[in-house]
Amino acid sequence: MILQLLRRLGVLIASVAVSTVVVFGFMQVLPGNPARVALGVNASDAAVARMTEQYGLDRPLPVQYFEWIVGMLRLDPGIEYISKAPIGPQIGDRLLVTLWLVAAAMVLAVLIAVPVGTWMAMRHRHIDGVVLSGLSQVGVAVPAFLAGIVLISVFAVRLGWLPSGGWVVPASDPVGFVQRLILPSISLALVQGSVLARYVRSAVLDELHQDYLRTAQAKGLRPVQAVFRHTVRNAAVPVVTVLGLQLAGLLVGAVVIERVFVIPGLGSLLLDSVGQRELLTVQTVVMVLVVAVLVINFIVDALYVVIDPRLRVGGRA
Amino acid sequence: MMRLVMARLNPSLIVGGGLVLLVVLLALVSFVWTPHPPMKVLATQAYQRPNAEFWLGTDRFRRDVFTQIVLGSRTALFVGFVSVGVAALVGVPLGIFAAMSPTWLGHLVMRGNDIVLAFPALLLAIMFAALYGGSTQIAMVAIGIATVPSFARITRSGALGVLSTDFVMAARAAGRGPFAIATRHVLPNVVGLIIVQASVSFAIAILAEAALAYLGLGTPTGQPSWGRMLFEAQTTYRSAAYLVLIPGGAIALAVLGFNLLGDGLRDALDPKLARR
Repeated sequence: MILQLLRRLGVLIASVAVSTVVVFGFMQVLPGNPARVALGVNASDAAVARMTEQYGLDRPLPVQYFEWIVGMLRLDPGIEYISKAPIGPQIGDRLLVTLWLVAAAMVLAVLIAVPVGTWMAMRHRHIDGVVLSGLSQVGVAVPAFLAGIVLISVFAVRLGWLPSGGWVVPASDPVGFVQRLILPSISLALVQGSVLARYVRSAVLDELHQDYLRTAQAKGLRPVQAVFRHTVRNAAVPVVTVLGLQLAGLLVGAVVIERVFVIPGLGSLLLDSVGQRELLTVQTVVMVLVVAVLVINFIVDALYVVIDPRLRVGGRA
Repeated sequence: MMRLVMARLNPSLIVGGGLVLLVVLLALVSFVWTPHPPMKVLATQAYQRPNAEFWLGTDRFRRDVFTQIVLGSRTALFVGFVSVGVAALVGVPLGIFAAMSPTWLGHLVMRGNDIVLAFPALLLAIMFAALYGGSTQIAMVAIGIATVPSFARITRSGALGVLSTDFVMAARAAGRGPFAIATRHVLPNVVGLIIVQASVSFAIAILAEAALAYLGLGTPTGQPSWGRMLFEAQTTYRSAAYLVLIPGGAIALAVLGFNLLGDGLRDALDPKLARR
């Protein structure tokens, strides 16, 4: 098992390395002079030359690449081209905000999906199961940002129960923090929860016809008891994999949701940097998000090996 | 295969197929007829609620909302077709190649695939937009690239199954080359999987285009796009909720249609699942 995990760790490190080259390559090689891109077409040649000089943008690309990598490893990837602010601390602060949002959404999504999905599976031949199943399909189809806009107009504007956006630090104002977290995390969770509920449904459906469930009912458990005691555990294995994919989806979904709710997270930083042509910041934030996705995939793979003994010997094809 | 689908009609297939057909018809009709001349300032008054002349009302630029919805269906379908087409054209051969090549090479291809999988469509598109500015073309390319891995994956796993069958072994023994086996035997047997994947990817592409346009990084101003309409309605949704709900509903119905169609086709083409 240790060997398996080590091999997967090796794959993770190799994937991260390759993706840094991909991101760097896209951002540096394709567009011509990065100083020209950053400053815009109207910039004077002198300004472009000054910036090229200052950031060493005319040095060989491998040198710039390694400087960027070493900088990221030291959590200091450099200074923004235009605002001159250091990138590292900004990313740290913003990442924390995004993680709060993603974690809250993930918890909510699971809280919605497990009971609803199990219910849909148990009642899949009844009208309520079919209606719920149809509703979950609608939930999958609604973009999270649309859910966000609708939630704001109902709960913030019409009813005035919750603020329409913004952010406060949990330590300074815990109540305000929770209030501002509710609507954005619900918008993310409604969509991801619907996707997840469909996976829970099919995982539970797969288990419903197993012999052990009949045994459980034969020994006197009521159907609901039997399903919750035995099936949910067995159905958890495929669901854990999907959870990983969902987490990656939530990170990207958060980019858009932060825009809707004016939350100063990693997504807002990314979009603002795109608007202000802070290419180094864009490059670094993209890299952080890609590494996050790769690490999540690695953890899911590793969990698989730990949970399911059958995968330990040969590994997956 | 068509006969198989018709024989196994299921509710998902009917509802999904109907919704997709509706969007396609809307897009086709838009080439010869729109409720009002496209993208023009027409109404005397902005923010008209849906009424007899403007069936779905007018927006803040005094344009007809229904016309924009009809034209937006073209953009949504166009982005879907191109990005799914690109993804399938690259992903399907890649998947068959990975299945037929020696184990180490197949694994290497799939590892590369996993790396691309770590770049979600939206992230890729934002990165491209930072370099080249936002446009429909950039969005299509980014969504297409990000969709390649799902096609490669599903094709490879299908192809591995086909390659282990007796008829492929017989074809090999009869001296058929790898290319002939790939095109004559493997491809026809994984087409079902690919069609299902295409339908689901189509839905994802429509969602991604809408999100990009909403962020102001996709379809630019002046071109009809459902996501773009949401972007423009964003500042005024407090007073004119219909400007959000109408394009939002259009996106949701189109995505629902393609998702259901994919589900329905999967059930129809896979007899193991259909029995349930």
